[in-house]
Amino acid sequence: MTAANPAARGAHLFEYLLRLADNGVVLAQRLGEWVGKGPVLEEDIASTNVALDLLGQARLWLAYAGEIEARDGAPVRSEDALAYFRDSGEFRNLLLVEQPNGNYADTIARQFLFDQWHVLLLGQLALSKDARVVGIAAKAVKEVRYHVERSSDWVVRLGDGTAESHARMQSAIGALWMYTGEMFTVDATERELIDAGIAVDNESLSSPWQASVRAVLDDATIVVPADPFMQGSRARGGKQGVHTEHLSHLLAEMQVLPRSFPDARW
Amino acid sequence: MTPGERMAAARPSSDLTVHADSHALAAIWRALGSVVDPEIPVVSIVELGIVRTVARERDGWVVTVTPTYSGCPATRVIESDIRAAAAAATGEGVRIVTELAPAWTTDWIAPEARRKLQEAGIAPPHPTGADWAQAQPITLYRRRDAVRCPRCGSLRTAELARFGSTACKAQYRCTDCLEPFDYFKPH
Repeated sequence: MTAANPAARGAHLFEYLLRLADNGVVLAQRLGEWVGKGPVLEEDIASTNVALDLLGQARLWLAYAGEIEARDGAPVRSEDALAYFRDSGEFRNLLLVEQPNGNYADTIARQFLFDQWHVLLLGQLALSKDARVVGIAAKAVKEVRYHVERSSDWVVRLGDGTAESHARMQSAIGALWMYTGEMFTVDATERELIDAGIAVDNESLSSPWQASVRAVLDDATIVVPADPFMQGSRARGGKQGVHTEHLSHLLAEMQVLPRSFPDARW
Repeated sequence: MTPGERMAAARPSSDLTVHADSHALAAIWRALGSVVDPEIPVVSIVELGIVRTVARERDGWVVTVTPTYSGCPATRVIESDIRAAAAAATGEGVRIVTELAPAWTTDWIAPEARRKLQEAGIAPPHPTGADWAQAQPITLYRRRDAVRCPRCGSLRTAELARFGSTACKAQYRCTDCLEPFDYFKPH
């Protein structure tokens, strides 16, 4: 373990907390796009509930990020300031969660690939040496367990369903697979926090994720894509602020009101 | 801990104002007992286990609460209801502190509240067991305890959707009386 200076540690932690938060902010916004037009009422409600959980968790991460940043003398940024007044290059979410909703199989496949990773990540974060991280992760993991059960059920239901639903789920998994590699990368920011016992070593999540995801896909009669080129690897992905074009469009819609009327309250 | 035990734990011990404070403390707990969850208005926030402690600190009364779900939209309303109820009971304002750990669990829901949920047509949650979130492996085909229909008592019920009218509930239906109902999810 290296003896890093506290300011550098703080800057890394701020970055790491943004990564945790932004996955929730962006995926909640995507799921929110389904409100009122889910394929069935129950799924409309379920998507919204998952979005609410993710947004609630993101608020906790963002609030902590704001405090950490201010500890080094920066002005305090509120949850809203961080969510509404950063541009796409300042967002730290995974490329996977910003991908468009597509059809319902695309949405479920995206959720499934993320949930399976998210639940593993939070389970490990609940053992972090940072007490605040532990508190948030231990709460969030209970919620995400429901998410992963639901999305896994739906992958099987659509994959092992009709010819049409099978084809759509197969195509969704095929299209999204190249965004999964980024979940298991570790860069210098994370390495330092892993060494300090605060962050999770994403590489260690790869084999449990592969096992769990492949078991569900087998049940769903979905063929696992041969590992192709993975987007966002080599430290040039969403975690470093290098995004697909989709994020800017999503943020434009999410941020337009507070940016047009900065003191608006609702 | 029952509210009574929590009151005892939170009671200041060496202060001239102990007597007045213990009256005020009891009054606050009583007042909080009348604050209901806006999304499940048959049970109070004390019965749900949302209120963790009430304590007199230097700057006044402090009510410590814990959220049920991170994104529960009722949180703000509950906080403003707590402020109003405590102010009416003591004539003073209260400070509300939110604590995440230990994370809220449906195991904290009081037995009386379970009966009230049942009467309101909401099947009460099964026990989660200790360290549920950590200990239970993730399985695709989860073990589902039979949920009793709150209307006719039948155990022949089926899950319709993993999420119901609020974050804390799932949708079920009874295959005997054919009525749909909410199940308060073990959490």
